[in-house]
Amino acid sequence: MENLFAKPAFELAQAVKNKKISAREIFTFFQKRIAKYNPALNAFVDLYDTWPVEPSSSPLAGLPIALKDNICIKGKNVTCASRILSSHRAVYDATVVKKIKSAGLSLVGTTNMDEFAFGSSTENSCYGPAKNPWNQNRVPGGSSGGSAAAVAARLVPFALGSDTAGSVRQPASLCGVVGFKPTYGRVSRFGLVAFGSSLDQIGPITTNIKDCAYLLDLISGPDDFDSTADRLDSGSFNKALGQDISSLKIGLPKEYFGQGLNPEVKDKILQTISFFKKKKAKIVEVSLPHTEYAIPAYYVISSSEASSNLQRFDGIGYGKREVCSDLFQTYQRSRTLGFGKETKRRVILGTYSLSSGYYDLYYLRALKVRRLIKNDFDRVFKEVDALLTPTSPTVAFKIGEKSQDPLKMYLSDVYTISANLAGVPAVSVPCGFNKDNLPVGVQFIADAFCEKTLIKLADAFQAETDFHKKIPEIE
Amino acid sequence: MINNETIKRIAKLARVEVGQEENLSAELDKIIAYVDKLKEVNTEGIEPLRTLQEKKEAVLMRSDQVKKDEARQEILKNAPDLTDNFFKVPRVIK
Repeated sequence: MENLFAKPAFELAQAVKNKKISAREIFTFFQKRIAKYNPALNAFVDLYDTWPVEPSSSPLAGLPIALKDNICIKGKNVTCASRILSSHRAVYDATVVKKIKSAGLSLVGTTNMDEFAFGSSTENSCYGPAKNPWNQNRVPGGSSGGSAAAVAARLVPFALGSDTAGSVRQPASLCGVVGFKPTYGRVSRFGLVAFGSSLDQIGPITTNIKDCAYLLDLISGPDDFDSTADRLDSGSFNKALGQDISSLKIGLPKEYFGQGLNPEVKDKILQTISFFKKKKAKIVEVSLPHTEYAIPAYYVISSSEASSNLQRFDGIGYGKREVCSDLFQTYQRSRTLGFGKETKRRVILGTYSLSSGYYDLYYLRALKVRRLIKNDFDRVFKEVDALLTPTSPTVAFKIGEKSQDPLKMYLSDVYTISANLAGVPAVSVPCGFNKDNLPVGVQFIADAFCEKTLIKLADAFQAETDFHKKIPEIE
Repeated sequence: MINNETIKRIAKLARVEVGQEENLSAELDKIIAYVDKLKEVNTEGIEPLRTLQEKKEAVLMRSDQVKKDEARQEILKNAPDLTDNFFKVPRVIK
């Protein structure tokens, strides 16, 4: 088989089923590609020499996959790109890992990320930044930047990331691949190192929506180990492929098309809107009036949850311990030396928001604003089936461009963040390139548990465009 | 404005040290000023959204069955300091 790296995962899986190629040959092929290009891209932080494939008749059997370095694989390093976990080995498999293994996939390694998923550029990693395969002076986005870069560079057919404020969708947009955040509760979080427990979801990063639908089928479902994983029967997401979209109503939230949106990005989004007009979908303007409060509400809620979730990293039972004469010093030194700068920022912000005297002012108030943001979405989804927005206000920015200004970095998530607050599913799909050949992504958002609507829209778009087929030339 | 005393107190609660050269105080000031924007919203009579699963039926319970867990040895492999099967820590009771 020629040009394995250019083939969608589904085609590779068919080739394995038809005995045209073996799982071992595919694994070795991508290993060689990783060895060649990863030193420059720094997309992977750990690589496995070999991986046994369990026999399975699943549609994706025989394929290799990469996982973000915050998903537990038993016996393997899981570090969340943090010094404090640099030699920590997972004691159990995440539920998604169990599912992947029994579906006959092989694990190729773990990918680079912002430390503990705090970031939008993968620059907050103890391993150094990952690079955007389209231009190595630019970020791949974050926090799942390693996964997005690996898939964009075709170092692996697909990957998993995690999305708390856009960390699957924004890097997908910046790297020209598909990134899907399921409804909160669609995919088990057991084995995902917790950041914001009411916001986190594991999501697929793929080159096309068909692979994404199949991967979503694989990883979704209820789980006794995650009481927030919903027991709703999803049916098969892959059944939503190839469906007619002419009866769908698409809303354009006016707050997502205002100031701060780069003109080149806006241009590609407008062209995408024209595409759907031609396909006879109904396009209407809608409003999500509390959009401007999404980022502040998010930063209070997520950092509060993070400060609580990161209390476990104390140098006692696991992780790096700084040996000190008393317990307090042990905790303080281990955490001070083990955590990076952004992690410390978030832990302090979260502790502050939850502390006595400030809890009502910040945390409680943010929860009320979250209610209002969710109400906006509930209201809008009575009128339309899906929303169409830009994924990111800009294309990939330069390494170092926003890293000195935390607030500037936070604002990169403006279009993705609300979906996590409301718990609704959203996907980013490549929709063009700017004049510097940097990818632009379009985002579709649907109501809770309506992933099929997103798959229909993305599939209709990819059936007649080829943005998702373009592959970067890597130096 | 978040003053240095408050940062010290919060840092102590969080068991994290904030060095002078880190500029954390100024950065946090800016971030907190930004999240203060939430004060603009009228939240009168609005119920805080504490969980996305409000409409769900009660969490499903399982039967209380003792299961053997083989994880102990795996867990202890990650321990920074060990004595027999105990995590060793600095003296707590003086």
